[in-house]
Amino acid sequence: MTRVLLIEDDPAVRRGVTLGLRRNGHETEAVGTGEDGLESLAPFAPDIVLLDLMLPGMSGLEVCRRVRESSQVPIVILSARGDDIDVVVGLEAGADDYIVKPASSELIEARMRAVLRRVAPSQPAPGPGGGPVLLGDLEIDEAAVRVCRNGHELTLAPSELKLLLFLSASPGTTFSRRQLLEEVWEHSYYADARLVDACVKRLRAKVEDDQRNPRYVQTVRGFGYRFGPL
Amino acid sequence: MTRRPRLLHRLVPRGLRTRLVVAFLLVAALGALAAAALTFRQARAAILDRARDTAIRDLRAQVGSLAPDLPTTPGEADLRSLALQLDRAGGSRGWHTAAAYRDGALVPASGSAPVLPGRLRDAASSARTAVVQRFHHADVPWLAVALPVTRDDRPSEPSGLIVYASFSLADQERDVTALVAAARAGALPVLPLAVVPALLAARRVLRPVRQLRSAAESMASGALDTRIEVTGEDELADLGRTFNTMAATLQADAATLRAMEARARRFAADVSHELRTPLAAMTAVTGVLDQDAASGRLDLETGEALELVADETRKLVRMVEDLMEISRFDAGAAVLELDDVDVAELVGKTLALRHWQRRVGTDVTPGLRARLDPRRVDVVLANLIGNALRHGGPSVPVDVRARAEGDRLVVTVADGGPGIPEDVLPHVFDRFTKGDAARTRSEGSGLGLAIAAENARLHGGTLTAANAPGGGAVFTLALPRDPA
Repeated sequence: MTRVLLIEDDPAVRRGVTLGLRRNGHETEAVGTGEDGLESLAPFAPDIVLLDLMLPGMSGLEVCRRVRESSQVPIVILSARGDDIDVVVGLEAGADDYIVKPASSELIEARMRAVLRRVAPSQPAPGPGGGPVLLGDLEIDEAAVRVCRNGHELTLAPSELKLLLFLSASPGTTFSRRQLLEEVWEHSYYADARLVDACVKRLRAKVEDDQRNPRYVQTVRGFGYRFGPL
Repeated sequence: MTRRPRLLHRLVPRGLRTRLVVAFLLVAALGALAAAALTFRQARAAILDRARDTAIRDLRAQVGSLAPDLPTTPGEADLRSLALQLDRAGGSRGWHTAAAYRDGALVPASGSAPVLPGRLRDAASSARTAVVQRFHHADVPWLAVALPVTRDDRPSEPSGLIVYASFSLADQERDVTALVAAARAGALPVLPLAVVPALLAARRVLRPVRQLRSAAESMASGALDTRIEVTGEDELADLGRTFNTMAATLQADAATLRAMEARARRFAADVSHELRTPLAAMTAVTGVLDQDAASGRLDLETGEALELVADETRKLVRMVEDLMEISRFDAGAAVLELDDVDVAELVGKTLALRHWQRRVGTDVTPGLRARLDPRRVDVVLANLIGNALRHGGPSVPVDVRARAEGDRLVVTVADGGPGIPEDVLPHVFDRFTKGDAARTRSEGSGLGLAIAAENARLHGGTLTAANAPGGGAVFTLALPRDPA
């Protein structure tokens, strides 16, 4: 059972999505405005937030930013295709994934599950003896799902953490954006690759000394991204 | 068809300019000819009339001075002497005269009688005044005059004496010939001279025609704001004004049509947008409906009804999404998200995602890479392959082939089905064109191929449909491998 906070202004969509979530056994709190969403964040303590971008009053983007100020709870944007630019801005504001409406309860369930998985499914589970690995200034503890930089623990959103763990598991190997979409986000091959780009951007802001000259998450022009080589 | 009209057609010059010049020259030639002919006739008549009149006057004067000397009943000697005197008085005219009394024989001056036409004597015998006849003798025109002589004391009664004279008109004929030559000499130079005004006139007439033509051409190429500068008040100026009116009407109509079309498209976009929210709510619960329908807890009819609602909701979603996609193309809001991809992988994913791997053969150059929008290319391929699988029937082979041709990526989707009917072929990419009448409603929104074509265009590429020589439909997608 997962505690889901749904922020969606349209009552019908709110009811429909809530119905689907409850049917799948999730405890759901549904609110109609961003303000109400932020208010219920602390008392409800959700495991995941489903966030519509088109909200009256406080915009979905603003809600996303405010949530990230205090919490690394997974955020999934509910958007309609055609609001592409908003999705990118939302992802850059800290959202971990997006769902294009209209979406079935199966799709929402699959997306939620993927986001809540803490490591990519294709990665081998860390063995009992696998302690933290030091890569440059980063100390990556796969078992504890924790990353420290110069001894300080980084506050990484779930997608950022997952991407970093996935890339650093095979340092020097280049992954295409399509591969990352499939492996890390469990999207289809054809999903929006800007999801990857936005997450890389956020991750670099937290782990790199010089974002324009990244050391850990490097771009391989025409192919994709890789960790290192350091 | 007979051959003559075609021959006639060939003889008539093609160009308006040539025709105008020829017509002008014809008119000029006719005019010159008519003027020359008229002048010739008049001059000839004047020459001959004068010859006749002077001959009669001279003869009458001579006879008038000589006749009183004759006895009342002149004998042959008297008549001969009269003729002799008349011949002498004729001088340069050189007439031959003869005289006759009553029904007596003609008495010439000497030797042979003058040449006279036969009927002249008959005519003269009953005449009271001079009788003239022109005739030809030995191919030379002659004039014969018969003058009945009256007595001074009884002028109303013929004396019975008739004087005949005849002379050659050769000199006059020469004058007339000279006149013909002069007329011809005057008329002939008119023709080459007429070419100059003819060309000038043709140019003057044709200039507005040429203007009209180039204006019509630029209208035809879409420049509906084309207008002609109209000067003058003639028929061509009227034509120019009519053309301008037509152009203005056409332009206004086109603008109205465009506005209507834009409104219709906006309407479609708005409608699909409005449909999206209730559809989002319905889609969110299709899963619940599916579960309940499959649970077996409900009675059969309710279960079936739930299944129907869930299935049709999903179809409705697809249609509305297609409609919105095409609206985005119309509004110019469609954006390319380019990515470098391995083409074989892309094709493989398209097939795998829809479980088509076993039904579709692939032939893709290994390692072939291209920079494109994977989502949009997937939409195109899924449409083409889906169509091929549907139309070809379950057992028909479908093949996807991808190659680099120059700087283009060329993907063909071929099926072994019946192909596309020739009358449908030009319209396969039109919106809501149904490939064949047997197609059922469930197979799509009717926008699939239109969206595929728009996606190809958005890449700066093309999507074409054809029938293979050996049968079956072939769709060819050609995209730039690296759009700048």
